[in-house]
This record gives sequence, structure tokens and C-alpha cells, in this order.
Amino acid sequence: MDLTAFAETIGTSGPVTIAGLSTRGGHVQGVRIVQAPSGILEYNPAEMTLRCGAGTAMNEIEMALLGAGQIVALESGGTIGGALATAASDIRRLGRGPARDTLLQARFVTAEGLVAKAGGPTVKNVSGFDLCRLLVGSLGTIGMLGEVIVRTRPAPAVSRWFAGDATPDSVRSKLYRPSAILSDGRTTWVCLEGHADDVSEQSALCGLAETDGPPSLPPYRWSVPLEDTLRVLTDMNAPAVAEIGVGVIHASIEQPSPAISPAELVLHRSIADLFDPTGRLNPGRFPFQTSPVVH
Amino acid sequence: MSTTLVDDLRFALSPDRVRTDATELFLYGRDASNMVGAAVAICFPLTTVEVQSCVLTARRHGVPFVARGSGTGLAGGAVPPEGAVVIVLTKMNRVLSVDIANRMAWVEPGVLNLDLSKHMAAHGLHFAPDPSSQQSCTIGGNVANNSGGPHCLAEGVTNGHILGVEMVLPSGEIIELGGTAPEPIGFDLRGVVVGSEGMLGVVTRVLVKLTPNPPAVKTMLLAFASTGAGATTVSAIIAAGILPAALEMMDAPITRAVEAFAHAGFPTDAEAVLIVEVDGLPHAVADAVERVRVIGDAHGATSIRIAADANERALIWKGRKSAFGAIAQIKPNYYLHDTVVPRAKLVEVLEQVYEIAARHDLLVMNVFHAGDGNLHPLLVFDKREPGVLEHVHQAGDEIVAASVAAGGVLSGEHGIGLEKREYMSMMFSPVDLDLQARLRDVFDPDHISNPDKVLPAGSRCADIDSLAPGMWI
Repeated sequence: MDLTAFAETIGTSGPVTIAGLSTRGGHVQGVRIVQAPSGILEYNPAEMTLRCGAGTAMNEIEMALLGAGQIVALESGGTIGGALATAASDIRRLGRGPARDTLLQARFVTAEGLVAKAGGPTVKNVSGFDLCRLLVGSLGTIGMLGEVIVRTRPAPAVSRWFAGDATPDSVRSKLYRPSAILSDGRTTWVCLEGHADDVSEQSALCGLAETDGPPSLPPYRWSVPLEDTLRVLTDMNAPAVAEIGVGVIHASIEQPSPAISPAELVLHRSIADLFDPTGRLNPGRFPFQTSPVVH
Repeated sequence: MSTTLVDDLRFALSPDRVRTDATELFLYGRDASNMVGAAVAICFPLTTVEVQSCVLTARRHGVPFVARGSGTGLAGGAVPPEGAVVIVLTKMNRVLSVDIANRMAWVEPGVLNLDLSKHMAAHGLHFAPDPSSQQSCTIGGNVANNSGGPHCLAEGVTNGHILGVEMVLPSGEIIELGGTAPEPIGFDLRGVVVGSEGMLGVVTRVLVKLTPNPPAVKTMLLAFASTGAGATTVSAIIAAGILPAALEMMDAPITRAVEAFAHAGFPTDAEAVLIVEVDGLPHAVADAVERVRVIGDAHGATSIRIAADANERALIWKGRKSAFGAIAQIKPNYYLHDTVVPRAKLVEVLEQVYEIAARHDLLVMNVFHAGDGNLHPLLVFDKREPGVLEHVHQAGDEIVAASVAAGGVLSGEHGIGLEKREYMSMMFSPVDLDLQARLRDVFDPDHISNPDKVLPAGSRCADIDSLAPGMWI
């Protein structure tokens, strides 16, 4: 399926929802379902970019990148469109960077059923307003992603996980740019990546023992201030794993409605109104649909 | 009786911080581009509330406003439209608070880029984006233009280093977007504001992300007998899975000019010089240096030098970043372009750049961020020569067209401003431009915040903005 056909399936009126592999909440119930094109269209490791349909499975992308010794800084599982629409970063976001910095160009279908383009194909680009920034994390309410170009990175030579009872703060102060520091309030996990000898030397500094990988993560993703991460984790009184230095907590309960100022809410609503006046794209997914907690 | 715009601004700030004399109107009517505008008042606010007063006063009098820092922009982004109020933010230059543990700081927009990194040096931290103008450009300007710099190859451009902004919206409302939670729910308005060239409002405080200084750094200088050999080495380094902190290329004319100016030990007999900097933990750095050396040899490097110490490294970077000062020895004027092409097309597009310059009888020098394909052809000329400006502009048009035709983009780090506004349709369809214009309308429905930039006239049906007469010289 090409982008024109994708746009035709979305059409110009009536509610429509996009389905991937139902990894991150799935499609909206009771609404006509469309699926994005899938498949890798272009991968040139020397450019560190990959172009693919938004419906391409992350698994397929990771396999293709593995062959060339590269990675993409997005959460594994589901489709790449889903990872981008939910701004789902890798558990090693501290070292690898946010999902938002990964999307270079998007071709997407607007609420009017038109194919549009945001961003550009190169790793560096400041040409015009960056609508990619708006699309990542927009839950398909700005437009429906059809085809994306993402930035890839060289895979680290070595990637090892360590765990122990040292505090996250003490670990962080001793290490140079670890790829992840996780805490569940008792245990601290660290991912060290890079040259094998550097990883060995760094691991000796932090006093943690090698482990198989990160802990399993509870399903709900919370956004928290960097300086409050450990306090929120402690106060939650439910199983949770915090990403230190990232502002994300994986929790077993849903985060209460996000706090937002009235002025910011006006901007969010205005964007929703201007890009999708009838609210037909993934209806109900606009994050501030319900009464927000205002403070 | 109604008061005048200038009276109202002087009442809101103080008389000495609202300037209208001819010298200052001239000075702040331009940036580092070749374009000039026509402001009516130059304001120097000290606080967010004073910025708000400037915005509300301009709004009440129905005139546009333009925020600016040091004016080092090269695309005319800070050039005021006719009748505009210029809001100069250079007096708002304090580092307000630093959170060392969480590696972030609130700063005012007038803080100079290099001053911020110097301020953080004692804590072993720095602000990663490092434009060549970093001694004089402001953080506010970096935010407006989503600035780059040599070290953005590994670290990414400004957008990845801004956690939040406080800004005055064109309505006069003060708002904070983003903040200390880097993964907020909802639309990433912070990410949208960075790089919006002052068209969505005036940023009055910036929450910057700070980067730890690397424990080890090595800077290499590789010389080649052809620009082609230099450019293919760039691609080979990236293809080998090495991501240097910086990967810069200089051609022979600029290398000779820089060496005569900076005496940094650049090889003046080379046709191309690569500066490759690798940083991080010691074993990774040593390994990358060795691999770059092998790749350089395999591609016919005529010499490979590794800076022995921090002084030698600083001298190399001083040379690289003084390139644009160095060319003043050759001819009095230059026009610096900024496009990006896929790395694989570097050789091909460079050849076209030389051919375009030769056809227009212009001297061209190239010093650029090769690692991310970010070309900076520098057209050097004397504007007193009759007809030369037409050739400079025509050659510029052709360079941009060649870059886009090769699968590249209009700008890598300088922005669109006025300079490339009319090129936008080379890259974007009417549908794409309409969506960008909608985003502007969310923040600035009346088009009073640095209007006439970035978006070509007619991006939305109702858009009848036009350039002020005489905007180009």
C-alpha cells in the first residue's frame, strides 16, 4: 500500500482510528480502523537513516539494523509508528536519547485526507517549523503517520547490565554517561555500553553485580520532574521502576490526569482544533480531553 | 489624547532603555546577513514583565515586534520588518539557578553560549551546542534558530538540549512550556518553540540541559590531496560505526586563509583537511583514534596529526572557528550558505558548488560540518565591484537548488529567516506549508511576532503579508 492508498482509506470525513500491533493501547474501540503501510523502503547505514512504512514492526527494523551494527533509539515491540505516536523511548534513553530526537521526516495523512510532509531526510535540518516535534507523542491526533525516516546510531560494542543496592544518586555521581540507571526504590540497575574495557572499569566503580538485563516493567508510563523522580517513586506505594535522569516512571497504576496551566491548555486545544477541527483522527485520544488538574 | 508608541515604551521600561537615535536604529536594523530592516524603537528590557510590556505596547499600537540577541544570525531572522519594535534581550544575561545533580540550569536568553559553558566548567559540565559564533551568540538566539555547531554531530542540535522555556506569547500572556519533566504528556510545545525563529513569541527564560565534560578527548588533523578523498573518508568513518564528537572538513582555499590568520599548524599544501574529534571514556577514544587513522590511510591521507595536548587542540578549534574572520584578509565581504546533503552526495555537490562559483566568477571556500553533511560554502567578494551582488545571489540560489536536488534540505543550522523564505516551496508542498502556517496561527493569529519570516506569503489562504520595501540591499 502506498501513501495515496493510505490517504484514501482514511478519507475526508468520519471518525477513523489507526491500528498497529496493539502494543501501546491499540486502536480506539468502535471506530473505523485503518492500517499504515509497512515495510523497510530504504536503509543506508552510512547515512545513519532508515525510511520505512509507519506500520513496520520494530522487530523487523531492529533485525535490519543489527546486520549493519546499528540501533534506533525507540522502545522495542509493536510498530515504529506506534512507538513514535506515543513517544516511547528505549529503556536506555538516558544514554541513547529521547524518541523525539529520532524522527527526521514524516509523511502523514491530515484530517482533510491529504498527504503532508514534516521535517527533512537528513540528520541535520532546520528548514521551517518542525512539525515532527508535534507528531511525536501526539497519539495520532495531528495526522496519521504513513512513512517515516528515522535516525540510526552505531550499536555499542558491548552492552552490560548491573544491579545492586547502591543508591541511584551515588551510582550516577561515579559513572560517565551510563545508558540507563533504574531504581525500584530498593534495587538499582545500571546499563553500561561502549568499549569492553571502559565498561569493565566503569562497572568496578559503581559496586554493582552483573545481571541479565533490566527488571520487567509495569505497564503505565508516568512523566515526572527529574528532581522529584525518587520522591514520586517512594510516595507511589505500588510496584514501579524509575528511569533516573530521564523523568519517566514505569508504574503499575495509571498516572493521574496531567497538570497543565490554563494558558498551555488553550494552546493544546487550539492545535487540536486547527489540525483536526472535527476530532476525527483517533477520537478520544487527545490527552487533555477530560478536565485537567489545574494548578 | 493618545500617546505615541515610543512614549508608551519609555513609560513601561525607562527612557534610557528605549532608543530611537539613528545610529541605534541602523545598528539594530540588521543582523549578520546582508539584509536590513527599519525599526522604530529599540528596547532593552531587564525582566520578563518588561518584555511583556514591550509586546503589549507594540500590540496596542498595531506594530510588529522582533526579539533578538547578539544578531549573529545569517538568514535575516532578526531583521525587523518596517515599523517594528526591536526587543533586545542581551541585558537579560543571568544564569538564574543551577541543579548540578540533575544537570540543568535556568538561564536568561541573553547569556552568551560560551559564557554558559565557562560558567559550568567548575562543575565538569557544559552546554553541548557550540556554533562557531559561540563567543558572541546568545542562548536565546540558539533557541530561536535551533543552532548547531561542530559538536552537534554526536550530541545533536539545540532542540535536544532545551528542557523548557518561559515565553511571552504574542497575546502578552506569560507561559512556561516544557520544564524539568523531559517526557511530558501531550503535544511537545517546547520542541515546537525551539527553532521557530521568534515567530511564536519571545522566550524570556530557558531551562538548558547540561552535558558532562568527557574524561578523554583526542583531536586529529588529516590531510588529503583531493576534496573527494576527504569526503569519502568522512562517509567511511561513519559507515565503520564510528560517531566522532565532531567531523569537520576544510578545503584548500579556506585552510590557507585560516593558517595565515590563526597559525594553528594546518597543512597549507593539502587540498582537503579533516578535523576529527573523538571523546568519551579512554579506551573508546584510543580505539576510535586508531580506527580513524587506518581509514584515513586507506583513503590516501597525506598526513595524520593528533593534537598532543589541550593547547594544541584549542588552537585547532580556534583556527576552525575563526574561518570567517580569516577571509576578511582576502576580500571584504562574504556570503555564507548553509545546506545539508546526504553524506554520500558530499563529493558530487561540492563539485557542483565549485562549478557554480566558477561560472559566476566568484571565489568559494568550504569549511563545514562534513560528518552530518552540513555544507557551508562561503562566497567571498567585494561588493563595490559592479554587478557582483547579483552573481552572489544567483550562485546562492543554484547552490540551494543543487543541495535539495541531491536529496538535501534548505538549512542545517542557520534557519530560513528572510533569506530562504522563498525557497521553502522547493522542499514543501502547499499542504505542508499550510500546516506550518496553522502552527504559527495557534501562537500568533495576528502575525505580530517577527512576521514575514520563514513562511512564504500565501502559506495560508488569508496570508497577504509581504516584505517591507527595500528589505534587500
